[in-house]
Amino acid sequence: MGGNNRKYSCPDVGGHFGEFGGRYVSETLMPALIELQRAYREASEDKTFYEEIEYYLKQYVGRPTPLYFARAMTESLGGAKIYLKREDLAHTGAHKINNTISQAILCERMGKDRIIAETGAGQHGVATATVAALMNKECVIYMGEEDTKRQELNVFRMKLLGAEVRPVVSGTKTLKDAMNEAMRDWITNVRNTFYIIGSVAGPHPYPMMVRDFQSVIGHEAMEQILAVEGKLPDTLVACVGGGSNAMGLFFPFIEESEVRKIGVEAAGHGLESDLHSATITAGSVGVLHGSKTYLLQDENGQVKGAHSVAAGLDYPGVGPEHSYFQDTEKVEYVSVTDKEAISAFSFLSEVEGIIPALETSHAIAHVRKIAPSMSPEQTIVICLSGRGDKDIHTASSFM
Amino acid sequence: MGRIKEKFRELQEKNKAALICYITAGDPDIEFTEQIINCMEASGVDMVEIGIPFSDPMADGPVIQAASERALKNSTSVSDVLSLVSRIRSSSDIPVILFGYYNPFFSYGTERFAHDAREAGADGVLVVDLPPEEAGELGVHIEREGLDRIFLLAPTSTEERIEMVLENASGFIYMVSVTGVTGARPDMNYDLEDLVGRIKSRSDVPVGIGFGVSSARQATAIASFSDAVIVGSALIRIIEDGGTQRQEVLENISSFTKEISAACLR
Repeated sequence: MGGNNRKYSCPDVGGHFGEFGGRYVSETLMPALIELQRAYREASEDKTFYEEIEYYLKQYVGRPTPLYFARAMTESLGGAKIYLKREDLAHTGAHKINNTISQAILCERMGKDRIIAETGAGQHGVATATVAALMNKECVIYMGEEDTKRQELNVFRMKLLGAEVRPVVSGTKTLKDAMNEAMRDWITNVRNTFYIIGSVAGPHPYPMMVRDFQSVIGHEAMEQILAVEGKLPDTLVACVGGGSNAMGLFFPFIEESEVRKIGVEAAGHGLESDLHSATITAGSVGVLHGSKTYLLQDENGQVKGAHSVAAGLDYPGVGPEHSYFQDTEKVEYVSVTDKEAISAFSFLSEVEGIIPALETSHAIAHVRKIAPSMSPEQTIVICLSGRGDKDIHTASSFM
Repeated sequence: MGRIKEKFRELQEKNKAALICYITAGDPDIEFTEQIINCMEASGVDMVEIGIPFSDPMADGPVIQAASERALKNSTSVSDVLSLVSRIRSSSDIPVILFGYYNPFFSYGTERFAHDAREAGADGVLVVDLPPEEAGELGVHIEREGLDRIFLLAPTSTEERIEMVLENASGFIYMVSVTGVTGARPDMNYDLEDLVGRIKSRSDVPVGIGFGVSSARQATAIASFSDAVIVGSALIRIIEDGGTQRQEVLENISSFTKEISAACLR
């Protein structure tokens, strides 16, 4: 299969995935990133680090999450067999906790007593506030002021968990600005603070580290599908904002080139409308938040605001490894509109009794397009990255 | 000899630390930026750092963020800033350092930028989010055009990083005075003296100190052990406070920079 059978080995020592990734940060942050990289490497060589993660993933998060055969959805679409990897059943209701619990354990090992994070939809903020409560750490969550309004319930959850939520009023008042503000906090309080980035984005080692921590999704899915189907799936589908749930599902399959992998971005009001978050499908290469990656930007290199009905996809960048997967054709990237996502949100709720997050609904929407033309012998695994309770308010305004 | 080096040599003879002032280009418009630079030069400012605004200024505090937002309201671009440099250069020899975040430079094209910056008469380039590890793809062109590559060092920088920066830097080293973002602060960390000493024991590159300088008292203290005093947010605040009263802004900038410049005399 192909001339290139070299094992996949990205990133390099500086965090590069081909031309993407790296560490585009102020010198004030470099020592912190190097310290983190070293701590992560040391932890990786220590069996007890993984034992501890495994313990919490099992006992606290509730893993392994089921790989559920969605019979009604399969019958309704009349094509490939569809399996849902139920990350919505993980503690706090989304895949985000796989990463936050692992980073919090690393934080504990590094002896830092304060945790900060950025959040868009609030899922990562809640997952961070949760582990900070568990580990008894001071916790500050940065959230765009716009997002604090659309995701009031999650703001309340974070506060209940003992975190301080700081609304961000600079720039577009959304996720990208929350990330700027968290970086500023980290630059200022670097000596005692651990920054838990929520996606496979940011400067090295974050994209690699978050990928590694989220890969539990794909590892479990592989084992589970082999157990029931006796073969690898034909297609994997996941939504992509920053891209952590997609990375978690795809990465363990990355050398399985016969398994088709599809990342679904948010086309918002449509790619021609300028109101979308389809970074890979409609963006260009640039540098934001510490790494080189595809971006939504204007002709002067200024980063544009993104739009999606799903706050968790509303980000003008994307994890650098996804950019690399795009250019090396390891993964296909497509997009679906707000309208299609809302329709998929209702569809899955009605046919399966599962209310998906609006982010996840983008993946469902794409599967509705491709499953009917596939054969019943073929299988699709969707990463059901989160549950949709948080989105009821937003969705109801469209129905 | 480049203008930056020449200026440091000239100031050494006068026993004065250089006063380097930062302003964001296009705040509130590029014509006023030009007037401010002329005014600063007339008031004893030795070099200017011209900031290219960026939508996501991650290492800056609220004052410079707001300046960036004002400048972006009228879409101030790299091209606009290069034209500004040409206009300044037609009547002045003041060293000009272009300061910004990487994406606008990258979007303009690294080779094209280095070429056009030299043509316009710029002397040095400082890209906040390009540590030595990532600086190569722009740096190779900057060097080829004979411009200075200015790097940051921070109180958290290890010996290893100091070495790495010194291997790449020319013009001067921009020493960040505190761990934190830009912004005027009443107190500064005077352990810096030790850090500056360590840098100077290894290299002849001048060391300037910035991030938080807002008073003559601070300037005097810094001038006693470093080669340059760098002022940014304090000036931006004068621009911001002045609003539409431009004559008043120029007068305030003039008296502020005169006072700091005098404090730079050792």
